[in-house]
Formats: sequence, structure tokens, C-alpha cells
Amino acid sequence: MSSEMRLDVRIPIGMMFTIFGGILTVFGLVSDKKIYERSLDININFWWGLVMLAFGGFMLIMAWRSLRAAKNKAKPDANETYKRR
Amino acid sequence: MQGIQLGVIDYILLGIYFVFVLGIGYALRRSTRTSSDFFLSGRSIPAWITGLAFISANLGAQEVIGMGASGAKYGIMTSHFYWIGAIPAMVFVGIFMMPFYYGSKARSVPEYLKLRFDEKTRAFNAVSFAIMTVFSSGISMHVLAKLLEQILGFNYHLCILVSASIVLVYIFLGGLTSAIYNEVLQFFLIVLGFLPLVFLGLKSVGGWDSLAAKLNAVAVSPTNPAGRALDSGAWTQSWSHMNSPSANPMGVEWFGMVMGLGFVLSFGYWCTDFLVVQRAMAANSMSAARRTPLIAAFPKMLFPALVILPGMIAIALHQQTGNFLPKGADGTIDYNMTVPMMLAKFLPTGLLGVGITALMASFMSGMAGNVTAFNTVWTYDLYQSYIKPGQSDRHYLRMGHIITVVGILLSIACAYVARSFNNIMDMLQLVFGFVNAPLFATFLLGMFWRRSTGHGAFFGLLSGTLAAALHHGLTLPVGAAVGVKGGWLCGGHVLHTYPVDMAQNFWAAIYAWTTCFVVTIVISLLTTRKKTDDELRGLVYSLTPRIKEEEPQWYKRPKVLAIVVLAAAIILNIIFW
Repeated sequence: MSSEMRLDVRIPIGMMFTIFGGILTVFGLVSDKKIYERSLDININFWWGLVMLAFGGFMLIMAWRSLRAAKNKAKPDANETYKRR
Repeated sequence: MQGIQLGVIDYILLGIYFVFVLGIGYALRRSTRTSSDFFLSGRSIPAWITGLAFISANLGAQEVIGMGASGAKYGIMTSHFYWIGAIPAMVFVGIFMMPFYYGSKARSVPEYLKLRFDEKTRAFNAVSFAIMTVFSSGISMHVLAKLLEQILGFNYHLCILVSASIVLVYIFLGGLTSAIYNEVLQFFLIVLGFLPLVFLGLKSVGGWDSLAAKLNAVAVSPTNPAGRALDSGAWTQSWSHMNSPSANPMGVEWFGMVMGLGFVLSFGYWCTDFLVVQRAMAANSMSAARRTPLIAAFPKMLFPALVILPGMIAIALHQQTGNFLPKGADGTIDYNMTVPMMLAKFLPTGLLGVGITALMASFMSGMAGNVTAFNTVWTYDLYQSYIKPGQSDRHYLRMGHIITVVGILLSIACAYVARSFNNIMDMLQLVFGFVNAPLFATFLLGMFWRRSTGHGAFFGLLSGTLAAALHHGLTLPVGAAVGVKGGWLCGGHVLHTYPVDMAQNFWAAIYAWTTCFVVTIVISLLTTRKKTDDELRGLVYSLTPRIKEEEPQWYKRPKVLAIVVLAAAIILNIIFW
């Protein structure tokens, strides 16, 4: 089975952490501040949500870049066949 | 027992995680068409993915919960499992052993034993390994379900059903690739889920220096986990208190630690256990296979901060308040609750959901690792070799699907056995210990001494296993009852008493390894070698052409990585000496 056909693992990882991060950041903004007594009065949901968003975004960008690189590699071939015709 | 209340948001996060885990399996269903895809990922996975899967598969029941518990019980000495245990062994398997595992085209560790030695050595290893994986997977499931029942009030049976079904579905659909991809996802989830806990815990005790001062108070207190006053620093210095077993909470002196844990147990696990080696075998090139354990070594080295530190913080808090850690049914502290208590104390709803999800992820990755190793060993080493050889690839792929279901069902059965008979589980784990302890001697001689024979390997393994059992039957940890803890051969009139059961384990391993090593050499010299030099090419060091470092970039060369890893491990040992 060719490996290009296979899913890039960075896509699901990036998507999941982007969603996790988004939910936590928004929840951190709207939630009652009293629940942060536990976390030493740090709005840890908001801040860690941002960290997760950044990580998820990074993974998605890496996946997108390698996808684009693979496409660019495939392109010249396509042009050649076109010219030959 | 104080429980943890989950909010709606926590359940949503948990639900999203389940969707992604299953989604990965679903997305990969088309790329598993042959048995090689299903069991070996078609040997097509890049090194960074197999590397992260390599450690994630090992994150079973023992890692997050067990290392947190040990962090509280033994302090920073727990880091020996990493910096003297795992790391040197991971470097060794990557540099010296992977060329034979990957290069021989063996599809499993038992199959390597068959190529190198003979059928009986392979059968011994395959059968004991298959039984062991099913039980480990069952124990993982049981511990998870019990924990969720205890801290969240979930239904035990429902937890078993849900975790088993999810693991079943994603392995069934995507085989080893699906397990590996999910292990990478789980790895990041565990790291990102537990880091805020470490950060908040450390902040609440006032930073490392302040934590160290509090732990010194724990060390000198007679009511500490060791039950006797030790020198201050016993919880924060990993080597300074190892001149005698009585000076440190683990009850081990440096020789037992370095030989027992560092050499025999760690090399035995990381270098011969198919559960982890299978991940490296799925890599897309020899270089990637060799880099797999080396890449894994980097995060592994830093894991003590993630899993041991919360335990150390917990025991400092417990010393202050006296009731931070709950007591079990027998009145002693239930150390397995260390990590859940820390989650409950510091994480607000939201991040708490991520923490609980990460906890579940760690158990599921351990389970899936066992199930994928089990189905491969069953199909290739037992079914294809002894039951139905010479069938079509489709046949073995179908067998892989069937045995995945069977393996999960057997694990569920084991989970319920574990639930009803706690002692049976202790006993089984003990027996596995006996079987595992001598293994590394067999591989070492097999790979580096061409004269070693099949008879030598088989009887060496057998006698090593017996030596471990004999040692166990003749010794006891102090204050333990005769039985599962030892001493059963002599009715309690033991030859030696160890201060802690951990020390007994280390020494059992040392005796088992030495016995196997000596017996294998003696019997090999007395028997004739059946395999010709030609048959051993690629399986034994002296008969295999050296690998040229084929990677152009220096940071992709296994030897460079190995030196960096070892240097970093030495520095960590010195910092926390």
C-alpha cells in the first residue's frame, strides 16, 4: 500500500488540539472565575487553551506544507505530459 | 473517598477524543489490505511517528499512575527507571540490536528467535508472550475501570465495555497503523494534559527549591512512606543515598540498582519485548528503525518531570496536611490515588476533562499496544507456524481480524479475573517476571556469539526462569507474609530478607540473567551448532556486514543521536545526584 495514500497523522492531531484549544479558550473567557480558586487563581483554561490552539495550528500547518510540497513535486510531471501531447 | 465532579464541558472533551480515536481507525481502513499492512504497517512509517508510538505503547497501566505513585513513595529515585533504566537500553536496542531485528526481515521477536535458534525457543517465547500480553491488556482495562469507578463513580462494567470496544474498533479497522497513529495522538494528549498539573503543583508549593525543602522534611520524618527516618535529601537526590539499602526509601544499594534494574530488567524489556520492538519494525527504513528508540529517548528522558514530579509534590502536600492522599481498605496510604488526587486538587472543570481524557488515553494506548503485539504473534508465530501453514495472505489477514476480537474478549475476561482475585493477578505478574528476566541473556548471546546453539538458548531460558522462581521461593521482603511475596519454598525460613520488595525483584532478575547466561554458554559448547554461517548472516553481529551511515544529515544518523541521548542522560543523573 503506498504511503502517500495514507492519512497524514498530523491532520487528526492538529484538528483535535485546535478544537480542544478553542473550546478551552472560549470556556475560559465565559466561565465563572470562582472555579479557578483551585488553579491558584490562574485562568488555566484560557491560557492552556491558547497553548493547545497554537500546538494544533502548528501541526496543521506542518501537514499542509508537506501536502503542498507533495503536490509541487507531482506538478512538473503533469506539465510534461501536457507538453508532450 | 472524595470524588471528582465532571462538568458538561469535560464530557464534551472526552467525547471529542473518542470521535478522533475512532475516526483515525476509520480513515485508515482502506490502507489495510494485506496481512503485512495489518500487522507491520507495511513497514512504511516515518521515524518520528514510530518513535513517539514506541514510548506511548509503553504508557500502560504502570506509567502515569504507577510512576506518580512511586514518585510519592520513593521520591526522585524513581527516575532511575528512566535515566539508568530505559535510556541506556533504548540506545542499545537502536544502535546494536535493530540491525538484526529489522535487517533479518523477521516479522516478530519470536520469529527472530526461530531464525537465529530453533522452533522450540520461538514457541517458548511466543506462547509466554501471547499469554502475557492478554493479561497485561486485561489488567490495564481493570485498573482503568476501577479507577474511574472510584474517582468518578462511573459504572465498572460500562467502563470495560466502552474502553474495550473503542480499542477493538480502531485496531480492527486500521491494524497496527491505526494503533501507532493513535499512540502518537495519545502521546501529545498525555503531555499536554499533564503539563498544567506539573506547573500548578510546582507553583503551589513555591517552586523546586521550596519543594526540596518540604521533601527533606518528609525524608527525616519517621512517618514517611519508608516508615523510618532517613537522611534529609533521600527524596530529592537520586544517587547520594545508595551506599546501603537502609539509607534510601527504595531499599536498594547501587549495585542492585545498576545491575538489576539498569542492566537486566531494562535491557530485557526495551530490547526484547515485542510490544515496543514492533513499533520500530514498522519503520520505513533501516535508519528509521534504528532511530525509533533514539527519538523516543528524548521525551522519555523528560517524562520524570511529567509523571514523577506530581507524585513528589503530592507527598509534600500530604506531609503538610496529613490527609491529602487517601487511605486504602487496609489503612495504609493508597498511592495509586496520587495522580487522580492531584488532578482533582489543581485542575478546574475544562482542563480537568483533558486530564481525565489523558488518563484514559494512557490506558488505552497500553491496551492497544498489547493487542496489536498479541494478534501478530498469534497469527505469524503460532497460527501460521503450527496450526495452518501455507494459506493465502487473505486468510491470515482474516485471522488477524478474528484474533483481534478474540484477544479483546480474552482481555475482558482477564479484567474480570483481576477484579475477583487480586492475588491471582499478583501471582501471574510474578510468573511473567520469571519468564522475562533471563530473556536478554539469550538475545545478547544470540546476536553477538555465533557459537550459541538452539539447545543452549532454550535450556538457558528455562533454567533462568527456574532460577528466578527459586530465588523468589527462598527470599522475602521484610515483614511480608509467605506466599505471593516469596518464601514459599522454605516455609518462611528464608535465606535472605530484603528491605523492600523492589530490591527482591532486582536481585531475582540478576540471578535469572546470570543463570541463563552461564547455562546457555555451557550447553552451547556441549552441543553442535545446527545453523550454518550462511543461515546466520544478518542475524549475528560477526556475520553481518557493517551498516554504513546512509543519512546525509548529521541529526538523522543513529550514532550521533545515541551520543546526544547518552550525554543528556548523564547530565540529568549528575544534576539530580
